[in-house]
Amino acid sequence: MPTPYQDRKISDPLLNPGDAAYFEATAEGRLLLKKCHDCGQFHHYPRSLCPFCWSDKVDWTASAGTGAIYSFSVTRRGAGTPFCIAYVTLDEGPTMMTHIVDADLDAVRIGERVKLVFKASENGTAIPMFTPVDAGA
Amino acid sequence: MSIRGQACIVGAYEHPLRKAPDHSVAQLHAEVAKGAIEDAGLSHDDIDAFYCAGDAPGANAWSMANYLNLRKLRHLDSTDMGGCSYLIHVAHAAEAIAAGKCNVALITLAGRPNSEGSSGTQVRVRGANLPDAPYELPYSPVPLNLYAMCAMRHMHEFGTTSEQLAWIKVAASHHAQHNPHAMLRDVVTVEDVLASPMISDPLHRLDACVVSDGGGALIVARPEIARSLRRPVVRVTGTGESVQHHMGGQVDITYTASAWTGARAFEEAGVTPADIDYASIYDSFTITVLLQLEDLGFCRKGEGGRFVSDGNLISGVGKLPFNTDGGGLCNNHPANRGGMTKVIEAVRQLRGEAHPRVQVPDCRLALANAIGGAIGHRHGAATLIMERE
Repeated sequence: MPTPYQDRKISDPLLNPGDAAYFEATAEGRLLLKKCHDCGQFHHYPRSLCPFCWSDKVDWTASAGTGAIYSFSVTRRGAGTPFCIAYVTLDEGPTMMTHIVDADLDAVRIGERVKLVFKASENGTAIPMFTPVDAGA
Repeated sequence: MSIRGQACIVGAYEHPLRKAPDHSVAQLHAEVAKGAIEDAGLSHDDIDAFYCAGDAPGANAWSMANYLNLRKLRHLDSTDMGGCSYLIHVAHAAEAIAAGKCNVALITLAGRPNSEGSSGTQVRVRGANLPDAPYELPYSPVPLNLYAMCAMRHMHEFGTTSEQLAWIKVAASHHAQHNPHAMLRDVVTVEDVLASPMISDPLHRLDACVVSDGGGALIVARPEIARSLRRPVVRVTGTGESVQHHMGGQVDITYTASAWTGARAFEEAGVTPADIDYASIYDSFTITVLLQLEDLGFCRKGEGGRFVSDGNLISGVGKLPFNTDGGGLCNNHPANRGGMTKVIEAVRQLRGEAHPRVQVPDCRLALANAIGGAIGHRHGAATLIMERE
């Protein structure tokens, strides 16, 4: 029996100084990554120093919003509505924690291609999530 | 400097309660401290070092030092690395003793998550200012789904099965039937584990540890003191501690920091995994055990599923008896932190004081390994190798 995605309550991100730009971009439908000008690498979650070379020359860069599922789990009990937590490896390189949404959660597979969508948290913040590229097309 | 043989575990005590609604957390810490110092045959005034972690009231050392009226302290450590903190405390105690900083160290753990209604499907609030929180907490990462993602990836990369994971629970249950204090004493089968409700794919309810109150304590002392006591001498011969995390976004959740801590501990102790008679392996979930066994070198990466199958972890049956008290999967998991009880059961095995039905004959060399935090995002790990003199 399939487990169709259902909307559920999403807790609001509690921002620290420096986090606002990321969520201002999600409100406009964009996912930002930090990129280092010195070593050229993308990283996630975003930091003020490149985690690879500790350069402070890091800038926001828009992700293409596409990637593949690295791992996932459908949490079925103890949390109300079932949901699919996942790690998605973006085409730019970094792997990020997210949810797989708008799909039959029983059909989710590692390696599956996914694209960026957004779901609103309780206060309306746009939270980046992913859906299979060919889901329910 | 090596700590090899520089310190001994002379006292160990596990609280008998699994639900303690009428105990305060401070009282539980005090009861295990008393139990451990009496087990050692030492007294309260012999303690000159005190170590505790985030489960201690106030998450500091001074509150419990005050409650216990410890008056001669000259070395302190409140390192908090979650469930593996207490292995790290043993290592740090050994380092401090070797450096001449103290003689007798008390380490305590206690908590009451069972009475307070904790569960592995709740998001744990971890405090302000965490840099990862805005990018993770909206996705409801909880212990169960973080470990479940590790299991899912391991299955994908290495072909590990739910049946193989279930064998870890089966082995723990075979041991727990002999422990009168264990929360779950019924022997279960692979089929029982697979038939239990799926909580977070691919982990079933019986892939998860229990939630219990209680605690435990250890006394670590200088070898000259250990030899003056009327107890078998358990020497600490190798230790390791480290952290593994998201690596800036280059995530790999198929291994743990035990890959580093185990190698260092084995090197320091001058032994190999094949030499180990008994192993206490942190068992928050079945997958936790499998990953550590691979990372410690008991088998190669990816072969953990085959290694744990067919009762290979059952005392008297398999090649590597593990968690002979029933572990976190069946016995207890006080304060949601299983490292303390891992060391305590290893000490029992080395002293020959485990239950006769699970005692490893002539157990001379034991390993304890633990994880703190969650393997699916950030965790600490620690390894201890101990030897009966």
